[in-house]
Amino acid sequence: MCLAVPARIISLDSAANMAVVDLDGIRKETSTMLLDSVKVGDYVLLHVGFALEVINPDEAERTLAIFAEMRADAP
Amino acid sequence: MKYLDEFRDGATARALAATIRNEALTGREYRLMEFCGGHTHAIFRYGIKDLMPANLRFVHGPGCPVCVLPAGRIEAAIKLVEEHQVILCTYADLMRVPAGKKDSLHKAKARGGDIRMIYSATDALGIAQANPDRQVVFFAIGFETTTPPTAAVLKIAHAMELKNFSVYCNHVLTPPAMAHILDSAETQIDGILGPSHVSSVIGSCAYASCCKQYKTPIVIAGFEPLDVLASTLMLLRQINTGRHEVENQYTRVVSSTGNEKAQALMRDTLVMRALFEWRGLGRLPDSAMQIRGTYADLDAEKRFAMQDIEVAENKGCICPAVLRGVSDPDACKLFGTVCTPEDPKGACMVSSEGACAAYYSYGRRRA
Amino acid sequence: MKATHIKGVVDMTHGSGGRASARLIEEIFVRHFDNELLAQRNDQAAFNVPAGRMVISTDAHVISPLFFPGGDIGSLSVHGTINDVCMSGAVPLYLSAAFILEEGLSLADLERIVASMGEASRKAGVPIVTGDTKVVEKGKADGVFITTTGIGMVPQGVNISGDLARAGHAILISGSIGDHGMAVLSSREGLGFSTSLQSDSAALHDLLAAMLEVSPNIHCLRDPTRGGLATTLNELAMQSGVGMLIEEQAIPVKPEVRGACELLGLDPLYVANEGKLVCICDAADAAPLLAAMQAHPLGRDAAMIGRVVEDDQHLVQMQTAFGGSRIVDWLAGEQLPRIC
Repeated sequence: MCLAVPARIISLDSAANMAVVDLDGIRKETSTMLLDSVKVGDYVLLHVGFALEVINPDEAERTLAIFAEMRADAP
Repeated sequence: MKYLDEFRDGATARALAATIRNEALTGREYRLMEFCGGHTHAIFRYGIKDLMPANLRFVHGPGCPVCVLPAGRIEAAIKLVEEHQVILCTYADLMRVPAGKKDSLHKAKARGGDIRMIYSATDALGIAQANPDRQVVFFAIGFETTTPPTAAVLKIAHAMELKNFSVYCNHVLTPPAMAHILDSAETQIDGILGPSHVSSVIGSCAYASCCKQYKTPIVIAGFEPLDVLASTLMLLRQINTGRHEVENQYTRVVSSTGNEKAQALMRDTLVMRALFEWRGLGRLPDSAMQIRGTYADLDAEKRFAMQDIEVAENKGCICPAVLRGVSDPDACKLFGTVCTPEDPKGACMVSSEGACAAYYSYGRRRA
Repeated sequence: MKATHIKGVVDMTHGSGGRASARLIEEIFVRHFDNELLAQRNDQAAFNVPAGRMVISTDAHVISPLFFPGGDIGSLSVHGTINDVCMSGAVPLYLSAAFILEEGLSLADLERIVASMGEASRKAGVPIVTGDTKVVEKGKADGVFITTTGIGMVPQGVNISGDLARAGHAILISGSIGDHGMAVLSSREGLGFSTSLQSDSAALHDLLAAMLEVSPNIHCLRDPTRGGLATTLNELAMQSGVGMLIEEQAIPVKPEVRGACELLGLDPLYVANEGKLVCICDAADAAPLLAAMQAHPLGRDAAMIGRVVEDDQHLVQMQTAFGGSRIVDWLAGEQLPRIC
């Protein structure tokens, strides 16, 4: 029920718990108050101005690999 | 767009759909509830419904925070604006939801009410700082995805000792609503597609007791259409083999324990309400949050002595039944005639993720 | 013509018709609009017109904010009316402009807007030959409201109207959608995101002339402004009594528009454009028309996005990139950003 989009962290202001993210050329300020640790280059889920979670690139790859497998097995 | 486009690939979708059609057992009906309104939206927007076999139906769930917010709570917010001249900050989703007496935030704004649409809860803080001589109230709604931002804002406001800011808290919880739907057994639900982003906050473990108690498979599905298809297949396979487990398809974002920092922030600032009225579901115990005593000075309900307002729903509107998955939108007498997105009679037609809006905009009168 | 820095604000005397009014008109309007007809300083402009069918169109502009990336209310009001006129196939000839100024509007801002209009009009070759100015009390206008009216003449042999689409016709778009709406949103308070997106506000009559040269047999033209491409297609479908089938993948959308729409939960199909046109033509004319459009600076990303079909329900349906099909409905109310 919640619109959250993946965006890439391009700069961090750890003292202020803020970051700037990029989504295909769109830049937006976002709060990192809900995250324990995040670094420039990470992709985060952006929801109402807050980064909710860091997207795990390995798991993303795994999911895509699962899709590829499912696709190969399709009738 | 990274982490979006790859999960929307058409060829993979067709292959997944073919697999689903192939593995769906003939003679068996599959009724899968997609709990989350965002999934309802995706299912319609991407035409996933059309790719499914005839014996697999999506039953739409109540995971639309706009849809389950009682009209009386919106009425109460309008009252704040009109009687106390507060600046009411709200997410845009709420603007056109029918409150009582054919009213809405949108109409109250047209009458001169100072109602401002914001994108983030922190914007409300900014408005409070910019208007020190006005009271600013943030109309907080949402399931567990949207609750941590409210918790964060309470903490910040408290630290800033912001005197003219308060929060009208309407946050609700997913597992109790899920349990209620399964418990009522009004409609047969064979499996549940669990919400994506709520789960990133609460973790996949949060669904274990529901799954066990009602012996219903739950697959936490990602937000993109391929995630929805893959999760549907996973549910199908559980059902076909008689299993009922919580499976996590959205592993790139959801862990078993969820976002513990966000959970801690919520525990710190919010506490469970004994009872809360859900539009369409009735009064549910332990299903919603209110502001904790330590932050009571930021609680709009206390600051303005807000009272509950009873609002009669539109006669003929079957949003409650739609929210519980008991009826489809097109079974409603008002659907598409009296009730349209232009002139909605119930919340399900206003919210972009309400089932009625999805049916109307994407799926009605198929050529 | 560079704007000089005029100080002060609009006040009620500027609208009373006295000396202050006259000075305002001279120093700002006549100076920047600068053409022979306006220089006559009559209350009207008189001119000869070529024989043929005349077209007239009017549009009120109330946009906020007044200035946005890639344009302002002034340039928008010039481009918008030129476009409405030329969507009939007419060659635009003259514009009029009426201003309702809010007391307190900075004169520097007003001059900036008027200078922008002057430049847009000069670049388009369509002079603003007559106008009017009124002032209203503070709070009764959003800075400034501008109404522009334009006239043009339809060349022989051109017959363009929204009710002429028929099954089998091709549907073309002159470029990427959603640029204007998202550029304006980016400069709005609260939703602020920074972007290099510019409004696509532009006068389309020159592009159109190039298109008509290749195929005078164009059936329908419309610029998808408020309500976006989806609204325009639904309007044309209803007017012509037909249905439409479009392909999502064929519709050009800039990555930044896509990103901004994802962020706010908006659908680019419903976002406003101010420098694009939809063209419905015979299937055989699609290729040469696209070539002509792509050769023009305002049509580089022109594409064929679908075709007209028989449908007594007048639905616009879209093949999604995903492989499914969905209805592209009329816009209900205003498209608002969403969190859910």
